[in-house]
Amino acid sequence: MGYTISEKILARASGEKHVTSGQIVTAKIDLALTHDVLCGPAAEILEQLGGKVWDSSKIIVTPDHFVPNKDIAAAKLCLSMEKFVKEQNIANYYQLGRHGICHIMISQEGHVVPGDLVVGTDSHTCTSGAVGAFAVGIGTTEMAVVFATGELWFRVPETMYFNISGNLPEHGYISGKDVILSIIGQIGVDGATYRAMEFDGEALRVLPFDERFTICNMSIEAGAKTGIICPDEKTAEYIEQRTKKAFTPLTSDKDAEYLEKIEIEADNLEPVVAKPHLPSNVATARELEGQEINQAFIGSCTGGRLTDLRVAAKILKGKQVKPNVRLIVIPGTQQIWLQALREGLLEIFAEAGGVVSTPTCGPCLGGHMGVLGPGEKCISTTNRNFIGRMGDRTSEVFLASSATVAASALTGDITDPRDVN
Amino acid sequence: MNEIRGKIIKFGDNIDTDLIIAAHRLTLGSDYEKLVKYTFENFDPQFLEKVENGQTIIVAGRNFGSGSSREQAPYVLKHSGVKAILAESFARIFFRNAINIGLPVFIAPSVSEFGMNQDELVIIPTTGEVKNLTNGEKIAIEPLPEFFVEILDNGGIVGYLKKRSLV
Repeated sequence: MGYTISEKILARASGEKHVTSGQIVTAKIDLALTHDVLCGPAAEILEQLGGKVWDSSKIIVTPDHFVPNKDIAAAKLCLSMEKFVKEQNIANYYQLGRHGICHIMISQEGHVVPGDLVVGTDSHTCTSGAVGAFAVGIGTTEMAVVFATGELWFRVPETMYFNISGNLPEHGYISGKDVILSIIGQIGVDGATYRAMEFDGEALRVLPFDERFTICNMSIEAGAKTGIICPDEKTAEYIEQRTKKAFTPLTSDKDAEYLEKIEIEADNLEPVVAKPHLPSNVATARELEGQEINQAFIGSCTGGRLTDLRVAAKILKGKQVKPNVRLIVIPGTQQIWLQALREGLLEIFAEAGGVVSTPTCGPCLGGHMGVLGPGEKCISTTNRNFIGRMGDRTSEVFLASSATVAASALTGDITDPRDVN
Repeated sequence: MNEIRGKIIKFGDNIDTDLIIAAHRLTLGSDYEKLVKYTFENFDPQFLEKVENGQTIIVAGRNFGSGSSREQAPYVLKHSGVKAILAESFARIFFRNAINIGLPVFIAPSVSEFGMNQDELVIIPTTGEVKNLTNGEKIAIEPLPEFFVEILDNGGIVGYLKKRSLV
């Protein structure tokens, strides 16, 4: 009998020869990720558990949610984070100016490698499944337990296999966001609860590597425990550019047992949008033509990568954002920001009438730098469109790719990127 | 584990953590006294008045607690006076967080059609039975693994680890 990549990673980390779905194991954690919002609170609970971290080299801390500090309360959270970093000698700390959104930083900085078991105080920790790691979001108290012991219990999940087969449409506007939103639209926001979503297929493998992160990131929006992609040559290339750390890539066996196999035909994919207030509320961008927007946001852990910015810049170059629309662009990390500057992308955004801000999660969660007022509508490259997510309870969020968001910024209503050239 | 009594407050499907406590309130960190004031502010502004008596059992549909990993979500519910949550299914991080902070959560198929707001319930974890004392109806819950019961009996994972001298 064969095993899935998720079973293999949990077996390795728990020192078992094999594990199968449903089994509960205690596993050793390879990396623990936290940020400005929950580092301090986790550190407080750690005080009750002995007050000392198990291995400071395995902890990564990067401020992202409310930085640069939006108010005094946020500044206090950062102070408690910095106190923890100093007291526990955390070398992998990224101060403002070297920082970025934690889910991008963990791979960009070469921390996560294939086969790792990763936990983070954020539901989108599953992003790292893109490099063949098993990565899950946990709560503050559990993080304190990990800090103290380096271990956590896991229920080995059943796996749903998604084969993204065939060829991507020639227009080139199908992104990871369109793939994952189409899947969530099909299976629903609890379609993968407690399960791992494993993505594969020839179309997936030819998408730019950045898109894999977006796909795995949003597996949580279908309720999944994690999203994961077996590593390939592209993964090896991505990792080797970033770290010299040795790793043993694990992949699913051909005869691995899956709960379900779902075919997604890439040829039929279209640019899509998730309407308020659920990521599963999916329509094609063309179906929503005429839907006016007040704001267009390009950024976050599912829209602030270099690939996202390049695609958006290509659409916006030499054009003007509709005067009554606010375009906000926030590169995901300082490194991406700098590279976008060098490539002239930031200039394109500014000349088109957009604003470019420093890396932060900011508006995605209604934090700062683009919060919505009553009744306002935003098309956004982020991953959640829940009630009140980006601001007032009566505001509305439409989720889409950076191409669709850029196209919509130009016209002032939701627009398929194929329709602007 | 002792029986749990309370009056029903009903919710539908997909009650996400942003609805329970909005993300921008998380600048309050672990200041639960302040955080609790914003429980369900965007969704059910009367919620805190409804749980004023401190004896509430939430009865909900599918996917309760979806979204973020913020533990503040189960925490503000617990601190506002919620004694337990019965739902047809839970988002997994919320479920773990609730157990870890000592808030009993139970999966009960078809529970969304069980009882009305203000009905009085008693949950008997040892037998897996829920009785509606107002109308006499009964429903079964999925039993919690022994490991979870032990965590709940110790008020959460911190108490559990201390008791077992694991830290």
